Amino acid sequence: MKFLDEYRDGELAHQLAREIHRITTRPWNIMEVCGGQTHAIVKFGIDELLPKNITLIHGPGCPVCVTPLEVIDKALEIAARPNVIFTSFGDMLRVPGSTTDLLSVKAGGGDVRIVYSPLDAVKLAEQNPSKEVVFLGVGFETTAPATGMAVFQAAQKGLKNFSMLISHVLVPPAIEALMSSPNCRVQAFLAAGHVCAVMGYEEYFPLAAKYHVPIVVTGFEPMDILQGLLMTVQQLESGRAEVENQYSRSVRREGNQPAQELMRKVFKVVPRKWRGLGEIPQSGLGLNEAYSAFDAEKRFGLTDHHVEEPTECIAGLVLQGLKKPHECPAFGTRCTPEHPFGATMVSSEGACAAYYRYRRNN
Amino acid sequence: MCLAIPGKIESITGDDPLSRMGRINFGGIVKEASLAYVPEAKVGNYVIVHAGFALSRVDEDEAQKVFEYLKQMEELDDLKEAGP
Repeated sequence: MKFLDEYRDGELAHQLAREIHRITTRPWNIMEVCGGQTHAIVKFGIDELLPKNITLIHGPGCPVCVTPLEVIDKALEIAARPNVIFTSFGDMLRVPGSTTDLLSVKAGGGDVRIVYSPLDAVKLAEQNPSKEVVFLGVGFETTAPATGMAVFQAAQKGLKNFSMLISHVLVPPAIEALMSSPNCRVQAFLAAGHVCAVMGYEEYFPLAAKYHVPIVVTGFEPMDILQGLLMTVQQLESGRAEVENQYSRSVRREGNQPAQELMRKVFKVVPRKWRGLGEIPQSGLGLNEAYSAFDAEKRFGLTDHHVEEPTECIAGLVLQGLKKPHECPAFGTRCTPEHPFGATMVSSEGACAAYYRYRRNN
Repeated sequence: MCLAIPGKIESITGDDPLSRMGRINFGGIVKEASLAYVPEAKVGNYVIVHAGFALSRVDEDEAQKVFEYLKQMEELDDLKEAGP
């Protein structure tokens, strides 16, 4: 596929890796924020092409992973109700709640359906006026324009039987939370390319300046990631801490203005719990007052439902780069993608699941 | 989850900016996507698509930059090897 395959060229990837070797003189810890990048790094063995003294820390940018347990439990409770068609992206179906998952609710007779786009859920609501259609709206800034438009269109169409259980999260507050932790080892970030395709990258300038960290907006193919790392190491080696854009074929500095405008219409910034990290102030999006009629938590009376996370899981430490997945005693034995304890084993984009899948013990 | 795939716009339907849809070809597989967020996109453009929405138009000049950079690097190496 054009704009995909050419960025997987092995020889050119090695050329970039050789350049990283040539310029690296000291140890550096670099976090790739996005789970999609973590998956590509482990799948293509990109970390093995790097000098030994460059450590990649796998960040919290996996929305499936960081969706808090209580949101999953609320989804399960709604999905099990009669007269509900519960819709979700496919990757949320296996995510375990406190007792079960959406796939099991479906097997038990719940009407749970996978949709490709939130707009498909709006269509289902139009086609099934006697049913309540609910969409589980998770994701980062990349996904928020899609869920936002679904709510916006449902309002325009005057749909009374559509609602959304929302747990959207935002990248910059998570970077801020990681950097302000006293244990933080991260010295530079690869910022998530598709998040920035929507939001642009101006909000990263104050973070780069405040914490003196290079932030390089980076794409998802092996050559993108290696070029992003090369630009990052060039900055680190020369003592710079700037925001740069490796993924310029898809990301503009100002981002996607129509998408941001729609998001401002529908959403407001709210505090949000992250599975594995706890609550981070102003780190999520919720529906604003004008669209609160579409809030599934209010419609189904679930606003006071709170759940504590299990304590054995070290996902929080993995997400901060303080532990590697295999350093957890439960890794690959009691905790597997089929029976995950927590965030980072839940989705294929989580660090633990990526290590488990590609059998890495180092 | 933030996976977004580049595809080529084959045709566009609808005039209202918010409901404009495109048929997008992803290496042979054709799917519909909303073009609400890429009002400037035309037939023949490449866009990256996530959850049924085109989020950005691929800039074909920018897409070539890494290859040009690597070519320059290689030429520089060749020059160094050739010596004065």
